[in-house]
Amino acid sequence: MDYISINNLSKTFQGSERSVPALLDINLSLSRGEFVCLLGPSGCGKSTLLNSIAGFIQPSAGEIIVDGKPVREPGPERGVVFQEYAIFPWMTVARNIAFGLEIKGTPANEIRDRVDTLLETLGLKEFRDRYPKDLSGGMRQRVAIARLLAIDSPVMLMDEPFGALDALTRRTLQDELLRIWQESRKTILFVTHSIEESLYLANRIVVMTYRPGTIKRNQVVDMPHPRDPSGAEFNELKRELGLLVMEEQERHTSDEMKAL
Amino acid sequence: MSAGLKSLLRGIAMPVLVLVLWEATCRAGLVSPIMLPSPSAIVIKWVEWLRSGELLLDVLGSLGRVTGGFLLGAGLALPLGLFMGSSPRIYEYFNPIVQVLRPIPPIAWIPMSILWFGLGNPPAIFLISLGAFFPVLMNTIAGVQNVDGIYLRAARNLGAGRGTMFRRVILPAATPYILAGIRIGIGTAFIVVIVSEMIAVNNGLGYRILEAREFMWSDKIIAGMITIGLLGLAIDQVMNALNNYLLRWHRGMDN
Repeated sequence: MDYISINNLSKTFQGSERSVPALLDINLSLSRGEFVCLLGPSGCGKSTLLNSIAGFIQPSAGEIIVDGKPVREPGPERGVVFQEYAIFPWMTVARNIAFGLEIKGTPANEIRDRVDTLLETLGLKEFRDRYPKDLSGGMRQRVAIARLLAIDSPVMLMDEPFGALDALTRRTLQDELLRIWQESRKTILFVTHSIEESLYLANRIVVMTYRPGTIKRNQVVDMPHPRDPSGAEFNELKRELGLLVMEEQERHTSDEMKAL
Repeated sequence: MSAGLKSLLRGIAMPVLVLVLWEATCRAGLVSPIMLPSPSAIVIKWVEWLRSGELLLDVLGSLGRVTGGFLLGAGLALPLGLFMGSSPRIYEYFNPIVQVLRPIPPIAWIPMSILWFGLGNPPAIFLISLGAFFPVLMNTIAGVQNVDGIYLRAARNLGAGRGTMFRRVILPAATPYILAGIRIGIGTAFIVVIVSEMIAVNNGLGYRILEAREFMWSDKIIAGMITIGLLGLAIDQVMNALNNYLLRWHRGMDN
């Protein structure tokens, strides 16, 4: 049975003057342990889809079932990593990681052990008692990932988590995410507009259309990890997906020109 | 000479010059000691006041009223502000009253406060708490309303309930605003305490300088004013230290 199943999902945002159809009749299934990237230009509804699974957005029609239960509200079993980091600036790194466990009422010594392990795993040990303002973007995103690993969310929803990072930091974090995914076998849904990023990470890429967001292509990527971004297969797929994404990007651009 | 020493000397130069000129003017008999007593006379009077034990009682009296009034005012404003900031419904209920009452200076409440509470400490505490109430309330509301939605989402995602959300997310996120409000509130409370002591009580720095006027003790009036200034400075320093400690996560934060 599918671990996450999205059935006939539609979402229309009601504006004051006009309504915007963000998602139209989406059907998508994820098996446990899959790493799926949602790929498309901005305005294709990929973040809307992710936020619907997270429970932040109520769909206009259709339903989302995760592990046999319909999604009604946000919950720790569907952890989100936000593009804007969203770690709490008033808590130290260790307190940020511990927060979800404290909510659950985990005993203090267990929390300490778990936090220590995660600080070690993500290379954050020396930042333990620092505040987020002292951390670089890459380090902040490590804390955000550690925070979800702490509560052991079986599903990780990642909304362009590395979008604001420089290329080298981004690659390091991508490698780390792959390592974590391979060790933990979490189900990951990862939103990006970078074709290369999706090809580097995912075992399935879902290309979305621009407004209304529908599924344009469901592309399985079965190259083994680690993948070589300069390899032939990688680049062939990159070209193919590039054409698909560009079609949507052009619709986006012409839409913007019309709005002027 | 080091830069630090230089700047210290510059800071001292002007007050010393003013004091010397002031003392010289008085000694030359150019002004009457009632209109402007000399600095040395003021210091002598201040020491005398201190040694009589009266000064300490006055300082403690004023500080006690500020503390009591402030805690009462801020203690009511903080929870109300948290509720008004987080619930549009509660905001709609209370906002009109708040908007009408807020611009009334605490001083304008003096006649009614005497009618309601008589003389002595109760009307003074009432006036001071009014002075502290509104700045803390307004800033708490603004602080809560300005909490970045991303933190609320992240906390909900981690499973935070209502209580946890208030205590560990909304309250700390709003702290920079709330502390700014507390600072303004204490400043207002300190102004109001001096005024309220001029009408209703028989000790405190405000009472003392008004009493000194009855006897034309200008040296004691100025000694009292300077004490008020130093006390205000001390309160501000304490607030500053508290601010730096509570907002250590916030200093120099760019986003």
